[in-house]
Amino acid sequence: MCENCSKSDLTLLNDVLKEFASVRGSLITILQKAQEIYGYLPVDVIYYLAEKTGNTPAKVMGVATFYTQFRLTPVGKNLIMLCKGTACHVNGADAVEKAICDYLEIKDGETSADGLFSLKTVACLGCCSLSPVMMINEDTYGSLTPQKAVEILTEIKAREEA
Amino acid sequence: MRIVIGEGSCGIAAGALKVHSAIDAFANSDIQIGITGCIGMCFLEPIVDIYEENELKARLVKVKESDAQNIVNAVKENNLSLVDYLKISDEDNSFLTQQTRIALRNCGIADPENIESYKEKGGYEALKKVLTSMTPEEVIEEIKTSGLAGRGGAGFPTWFKWNAARQSDGDEKYLICNADEGDPGAFMDRAVIESDPHNLIEGMLIAAYAIGAKYAYVYVRAEYPLAIVRLGKAIEDATKENLLGENILGTSFSCTLRIKAGAGAFVCGEETALIESLEGKRGMPRLKPPFPAQKGYENKPSNINNVETFANVPWIILNSGKAFASMGTETSKGTKVFALTGKIRRGGLVEIPMGLTLRDVIFNIGGGIRNNKKFKAVQLGGPSGGCIPEALLDTVIDYKALSATGAIMGSGGMVVMDEDTCMVNMARFFLDFTTKESCGKCVHCRIGTKRLFEILTRITDGKGKEGDIELLEELCDSVKSGALCGLGQTAPNPVLTTIKYFRNEYEAHINEGRCPAGECAALRKYVIDETKCRGCTLCAKKCPVNAISGSVKQAHKIDTNKCIKCGLCKSNCKFDAIEVK
Repeated sequence: MCENCSKSDLTLLNDVLKEFASVRGSLITILQKAQEIYGYLPVDVIYYLAEKTGNTPAKVMGVATFYTQFRLTPVGKNLIMLCKGTACHVNGADAVEKAICDYLEIKDGETSADGLFSLKTVACLGCCSLSPVMMINEDTYGSLTPQKAVEILTEIKAREEA
Repeated sequence: MRIVIGEGSCGIAAGALKVHSAIDAFANSDIQIGITGCIGMCFLEPIVDIYEENELKARLVKVKESDAQNIVNAVKENNLSLVDYLKISDEDNSFLTQQTRIALRNCGIADPENIESYKEKGGYEALKKVLTSMTPEEVIEEIKTSGLAGRGGAGFPTWFKWNAARQSDGDEKYLICNADEGDPGAFMDRAVIESDPHNLIEGMLIAAYAIGAKYAYVYVRAEYPLAIVRLGKAIEDATKENLLGENILGTSFSCTLRIKAGAGAFVCGEETALIESLEGKRGMPRLKPPFPAQKGYENKPSNINNVETFANVPWIILNSGKAFASMGTETSKGTKVFALTGKIRRGGLVEIPMGLTLRDVIFNIGGGIRNNKKFKAVQLGGPSGGCIPEALLDTVIDYKALSATGAIMGSGGMVVMDEDTCMVNMARFFLDFTTKESCGKCVHCRIGTKRLFEILTRITDGKGKEGDIELLEELCDSVKSGALCGLGQTAPNPVLTTIKYFRNEYEAHINEGRCPAGECAALRKYVIDETKCRGCTLCAKKCPVNAISGSVKQAHKIDTNKCIKCGLCKSNCKFDAIEVK
């Protein structure tokens, strides 16, 4: 393993491994739990999980990079998931994305300089009737306009800074 | 009287939880307050229903927190006129009254978090009937009579799959529910799981009995957290009542049900890719045959159906296959659920008997296009489907008739587009999606979709070349015939149908450098209508690149060479003087 790799507290994985390490076909579940713990999948965690589940690191990495849910880098405090499904596309999701990117000065997949927001466009959140839609952490915001999206972000920012 | 609040994902996104706590704050303990799932009228959320016993007394729509006190008072004083101003209009109500609900029969009525609520509506009676008075063969025969076909998209006869899995050798068989609703623009399965999870469990148990499976899995996409929570609770409750587990209801039939959360991959909607993912691997499709009925999960005989298919099963058992088959067309029986969205006036969940026309659904139930715009096309089947133009709106909803248009029935996404939607950009949108979601296993899909996407991007950027349309068609043909799985084989459909029905839009982009819908930014041209311009200078001040000139009270002009097409002038003009050409 590389010398510059992250040094995560691997003991946090004990409970997860106890429950799932010997259950066949649980790799995705284990990675989901690990991401819940660390917020993303650090490289040393991937190596550690490979060792404990009897897989090669390449296989674990292969699974981690196949699914969009998994992240290999840390995210900001608030994760914006902007829906770009068909209904959202038809109702102007592109304009909303542009407004968010301009406001936070980031591109899709990046984190704002103050570490408060990360933007991720997703395929469909299944709230098509309220399109365009975004989720910030657990909360869903519908019927967005570029203006409304920026207002929501401004409000969260003000709350965080207060 | 009791108050019931619609708390599906759409309702919650629209503010149902806030309304709920506001009502809680005003009500005292003698008022019964309950929840239900998705009523299907997403355009009116948040929705609050008032019931007297089991009779719906009033349906209140677009409810705000500030309405809570009035609602509570109306119930306390038994005076519903206090909330007259919130009552649904007859016109909006016709969205529901024109539907026939089987798969969605309890959605928006039952409490999804309470097993008793499902039982009161005849829940688990079908399972009892099957376990005590029918052989597995008789169950399969009943499903055969019903004509039920897979609601996930392909429309394969359900009984045939069940029978194949039943006939396969081996004691260990698996039943899998595909709830990886990845088609962007579709949310039928989410609504069923969130609103009526026991119906899904009952349908699956009947299927498990029919094929002889002791183990069942529901593969739910991770983007549906509420569905996972409610299904989890339903499984727990059903297990407590011995409706799941060992010796169900005292019979020799045993079956356990587990949830597996997906991790975000469209291709996992393909059954063999889903099996790979269930096994904890990358979700890449397998070559068929062998089919899952012979070698599926862990190489054991497996049967996979989607949520809506299972949701129809308990009804069929209780009401007979014949009753189900009496609805629909010659080749497509029963009802189908659609998620009606896009530029539609009344969007939401629609369940209708097969055989109605697209026009019936979009104009009668959906109320037509929003903002008095003109209908252009309806997209069915998501990235595997196609766009159907106005001339074909009288096509009946039937697997064969829809396939003949070049689109497919699909899982039920129905996205309506108006004159402002560019069809080339629409095709590009879907190819962008399939390029990102292609698993990469076969060359035709991995590289073919990428090249298609590049050509479409070039056209929408105004750099299309003569011969591009023919090149697209040729490439589509080879992807269709060469791709390994159903997703790759159908990926060209959005391109082929838009070329077939909207070739003039492609030609306008390529030959005239013009986007007829005015959507493609690179081809947009902002022009000031001199007769409307009052010379207020606002646009010139707002323009970030100083492309607008003109003196006060004189008509202004836009220098198209400098213009970066940001649209700020248009959005700021108070006289509607700026046109997009």
